[in-house]
Parts: sequence; C-alpha cells; structure tokens
Amino acid sequence: MVELRLYMAQRATAAIMAPLVLLHLGVMIYAIQGGLSADEILERTRGSLFWGVTYGLFVITVSVHATIGLRNILREWFRLRGPVLTVLCWLIGAGLLFFGLRAVVAVVGLP
Amino acid sequence: MADSITVSVWRGGAGGGEFQDFQVPQQPSQTILDVITWIQRHLDASLSYRFACRVGMCGSCAMMVNGIPRWTCRTHVNKVMQDRHLTVEPLRNLPVIKDLACDMSEFFEKWRQAEGHFQGSSSRDETVAAISPKSSQRQAANAAIECINCAICYASCDVVAWNRDYLGPAALNRAWSLQNDQRDHAQDERLKVVAGDAGCHQCHSQQGCSTYCPNELNPTASIAGLKRMSAHWFMNKKYRQRHG
Repeated sequence: MVELRLYMAQRATAAIMAPLVLLHLGVMIYAIQGGLSADEILERTRGSLFWGVTYGLFVITVSVHATIGLRNILREWFRLRGPVLTVLCWLIGAGLLFFGLRAVVAVVGLP
Repeated sequence: MADSITVSVWRGGAGGGEFQDFQVPQQPSQTILDVITWIQRHLDASLSYRFACRVGMCGSCAMMVNGIPRWTCRTHVNKVMQDRHLTVEPLRNLPVIKDLACDMSEFFEKWRQAEGHFQGSSSRDETVAAISPKSSQRQAANAAIECINCAICYASCDVVAWNRDYLGPAALNRAWSLQNDQRDHAQDERLKVVAGDAGCHQCHSQQGCSTYCPNELNPTASIAGLKRMSAHWFMNKKYRQRHG
C-alpha cells in the first residue's frame, strides 16, 4: 500500500499548495504595482508570523509533493528500486526542505 | 496486376529479429489481416501470426501497424497505408513467440491478479438480483464491459513499458466494471489489489489506452474511477481500524 499512501500524500499536498500559490502570485502582483524594491518587501515580511507560517507550510508541502513526483520518474525512467530509491528520495526531500526553509528564514527571519 | 503495397513484416523470435519486405497486391476493402494472410498463403508459409474470428470479436489479431496498435481484421489498408507502405510488428510490451505472434500469458495473468472474475454472492436457489439499468453503478459497469481482451491498450501504455509489474489498462478496466457490479461480493479484496503497488495509482492518465481501444472504451476513466474509489476507501474508518 506504499503507492496508495504516496498517491494520497501527493494529492493532499497539492490541495494545500494550490491556494498558497494563488496567494503568493496575487500578493506579488498587487505588491509590485507601486514599484516595491526587494528591501521594501523584506521590510514587510521580516518578523511576520503570517508569512513565516505560509511559506513554511508551502516549503514542507513542496518537499513532500515534489519528492513523490521525482520518485516516479526515478522508478520509471531510471529503473531504480528498493533501498537505493528510498535513500535517494529521502535525500531529495531533505534537500528541498533544507533549502526551502533557508529561503523562508531569509525572507522572514528567525523567530 | 493490381497496384502493389510494400509490407515490412517483423520476422524473428524472443532472441530478436528484423523486418522482411513483401510486395502484396492491393485489393478493394482489404484489411491488414488480409495482407498478412496473403503473404502467408502466397509468399512465405512460415510466417506466424494469430487470428480467429476475423470480425472484431475475439481480440486475437492485434498487431502494431505503422507503429500503432490496431485490430488488424477491422483495419483497412487504405486508411493506414503511408506512401504505399505498411509496417507490421508484434504487439508492444509483450514477449514475442515468433514473428507477429506474441505471448499473451502476462496480459491474462494480470487479469487474474486484478481479481478480474465475477464472484457472485447468491446461490441458484435465490431470486435473481434486480439491477436497474438506469442506476449509476450499472451504467459505469456497462461503459467498461465490452472489452475483447485484444491487449491493444496494454501495448499502447507507456506505464506498462516502464513498470513491468503494472497491472495495465485492460485488467484495471475489468476490475472497475466488477467494482460497479452490485451482485459481486469480492469488491473489498479486489480494491486492495487494484489499489496496491502495481495498481491504478501507477497510471499517469496519458490516455493511450483510450485513444487506441478499438471498441472505443475509456480505460483511463475506469482507472480514474478506481483511484477515486480507493481514495475514499483509504480515508474511511474501516481502513484506519484495520491498519491502525
């Protein structure tokens, strides 16, 4: 039942990501209307619990969602199976999570 | 002599092979199966291929024609010929026995694995179940039921090519039909198999099966139905109780 669990996890994370992407795009389009600079944007995001939670949640769901998608590609195109596939996927997921959260910290700052 | 067609026929066996060209006279209303039969009767009696009914019912004559899986008894030469040339190969994704005949064992074995047989719950002493033909379940079963087991969908499926364990569109389409049969009592067991690691969740909805199915069935829709059904099953209480 591994595949069913992964399928459900990928759909569940997609359902979380979709509104977050729309929120991100909407705010971005709205915010740059007046010609905001990067510094001005960071001024508004630094220390914000809302943006920290929003982008933190997005990064966590991306790490799960993208890893499951890449796992399918690794299985089907590169014929990887067993522990090699599992370890590689955990590394990919951990990498996405690490670099994603690092970016969130850069935008929001440490609590 | 009538205009001739150049036909490249794959010759060989499990160990490999190559194309052999034949010149075949074109006839009105000629099918691909007619062409192959003409080659075997007039040019090379050693050519192996499989057919039975010749009218699109038995599903035994499917081959790759110009790279596309087709039922050869119902495929007219003039509709698929390109520059007076035809290429005929054994079905993709199945081991070749000889020439155009492939081994269908794994295809039918996967039907068995997917619990593709009806398992009734009533004895002959009970009354016949009353199923409304208008019920949504019966309509879903009907939409998937006219499969002739030709393996064209199996040959067109890239997921089968990538993952040899995948049950494939035909077996899953059959399972969907039985999952909607209110008289069948093996639906929990069947759902566990079709939602398993070789089952419906492997499908990427590329729709090769639905594009090439000669009976215009839609196995992709059947597989999507199984995905929905198994997702509900995954979330329901009984599943959580069973698996902690």
